Amino acid sequence: MTEARDIDILHYCRSQTVRHLILILRSPSEMINPLVFFLLVIVLFPLGLGPDPKQLSILAPGILWVVALLSNLMICMRLFVDDLEDGSLEQLAMARVPLSVAVLPQLTASWLASGLLLSLVSPLFGLMLGLPLDVAPVLVASLLMGTAIMLLLGAVGAALTVGVQRGGILLALLILPLYVPVLIAGTRSLNEALHGGDPTVALALLGAGVTGGLLLAPLAIAAGVRVSLQL
Amino acid sequence: MWRIIHQFGSPPWVYRFCDRVIPWLFPITVLALLAGSVWGLLFAPTDYKQGDSYRIIYIHVPAAVVALAGYYVMALAGLVSLVWRIKLADTAMRAAAPIGAAYTAIALITGAIWGKLTWGAWWVWDARITSMLILFFLYAGVIALFEAYENKTVAARACAILSLVGTVNIPIIYKSVDWWYSLHQPASIKFTESSAIDASMLYPLLGMIITFYALFALLMMLYLKRSLTEDYARSAWLHKRLTA
Repeated sequence: MTEARDIDILHYCRSQTVRHLILILRSPSEMINPLVFFLLVIVLFPLGLGPDPKQLSILAPGILWVVALLSNLMICMRLFVDDLEDGSLEQLAMARVPLSVAVLPQLTASWLASGLLLSLVSPLFGLMLGLPLDVAPVLVASLLMGTAIMLLLGAVGAALTVGVQRGGILLALLILPLYVPVLIAGTRSLNEALHGGDPTVALALLGAGVTGGLLLAPLAIAAGVRVSLQL
Repeated sequence: MWRIIHQFGSPPWVYRFCDRVIPWLFPITVLALLAGSVWGLLFAPTDYKQGDSYRIIYIHVPAAVVALAGYYVMALAGLVSLVWRIKLADTAMRAAAPIGAAYTAIALITGAIWGKLTWGAWWVWDARITSMLILFFLYAGVIALFEAYENKTVAARACAILSLVGTVNIPIIYKSVDWWYSLHQPASIKFTESSAIDASMLYPLLGMIITFYALFALLMMLYLKRSLTEDYARSAWLHKRLTA
C-alpha cells in the first residue's frame, strides 16, 4: 500500500496539473483577462505621464513590475475559490497525498497559464514603453522567476482568505507587503541591465526566492487551506 | 522548568499572575516614563548639530525598537498557538498586534516630525522609514485578517500562519529595502547617529527603551486580563476571583 502511494504522488501531480490546465483552457478568459489587464494598465501610464519615450524608458522597469504584481494579485484572488465552492478543495485536503504536495499541481497550472505567458509576451510591452530589445532576456528571466515567487506567496494569502466573505481586498492587504523584496530585486535586475551593470546578482536572488518559496510556501498554503476549511 | 511554562497555559493562573504584577508594573512604568522623558527632554545635553530637536529620539527610537520586537512576540505567540493549541496564546497574539501597530505608528509619526526638522521634509524614502511602513502594513494585515473571520479560534490560527510567514519575510524585506536604498540614496541625507552616541545621551535612551518594553508588557497584561474576563465570564474560578 505504501509502495503504491510513493509512486502515485508523481503520477497524481502530473494528472492533476493536466486537469487544472484543461479547466483553465476551457474558460480561456481567466487566462486572457490578466494579460489584457496588464496591457491596459501599461497603456494608462503613458496617457498619465506623457508620451516622452525617454521618460517612459526610465520608468519602464518599475511600471512593468508593478503591473505584473497587480495582475498576479488578480490571479491569486481566483486561486482556490472555485475549488472551495465545488468541494474539490475538501477532497484535496482529505486525500492521501499530503496537502502541501496536493496544492502544487494547481499552482503549476496557474503559473503556466499566467506567469509563463506574461513573461513571454512582456518584451512586447517593454517595447511599448521604450525599453531596448537587448534587455528583453533579463526582463523575461526576472518575470519568470518573479511571477513564480509571487504566485507562491499569493497562494498563502489566497488559502487564508478563501473562506472569508469579500476576501479579495483583504488578500491584497495581506500579501502586497510580502511582495516588496520581489519588486525590488526584479526592478533592480532590469535597471542594472539598462545601465550596463550586472543583473545576475538580482536574478540569482530571485532564483533563491523561487527555491525558498517552493520549499516553505507549500507548508503555509496547506496550513492555510486547513484553516479555511476549518478542519 | 516545564511547570512554569505549563502555568502560562492556564487562564486562572495567568489571571492571578496579571493581578499580582500589574499593581507593581503600572506605577513603575508610569514613573519610568516620566523620569525618562524628563531626563531625555531636559537634562540630556543638547546636540551640537541638531540642537534640541534631536530629543525626539527618546520617543522615536524606543518605539521603533519595540515595534519590531512586538512582531516577534506576536509570531511566537502564534507559533505556540498553532503547535500546542493553547487558547491563551491566541489572546496574546491578538493583544500584541494592535499594540505593535500603535508603536509602529508612533515611530513613523515621530520620525516624520524629526525628519521635517532635520531634513526639511515630512517624508523621505529612507530605508529604515520604508521598512517601518511595511512593518505597519504587516501588522495591519494581521489585524484585518483577524477581523475577517467570525470564529475567533479559526481567526487566530489564520493570523498565526500569516505572522509566521511574515517572520520569515521580515529579514528579507529589511535587507532588500536596504539594498534598494543603496541604489537610490540621495547625497543630501546624512545620519548623525552614525557617529557614536555619547554616554550622557545614551543612558536616558537605554532607559526609555527598557521603559517602552515595560509599557508593552503592561498593555499586554491589561489586554489579557480584559479578554480573559470576557472569555471566561461564566467560569467558576473567575467568579471566585472577582468576588473574593
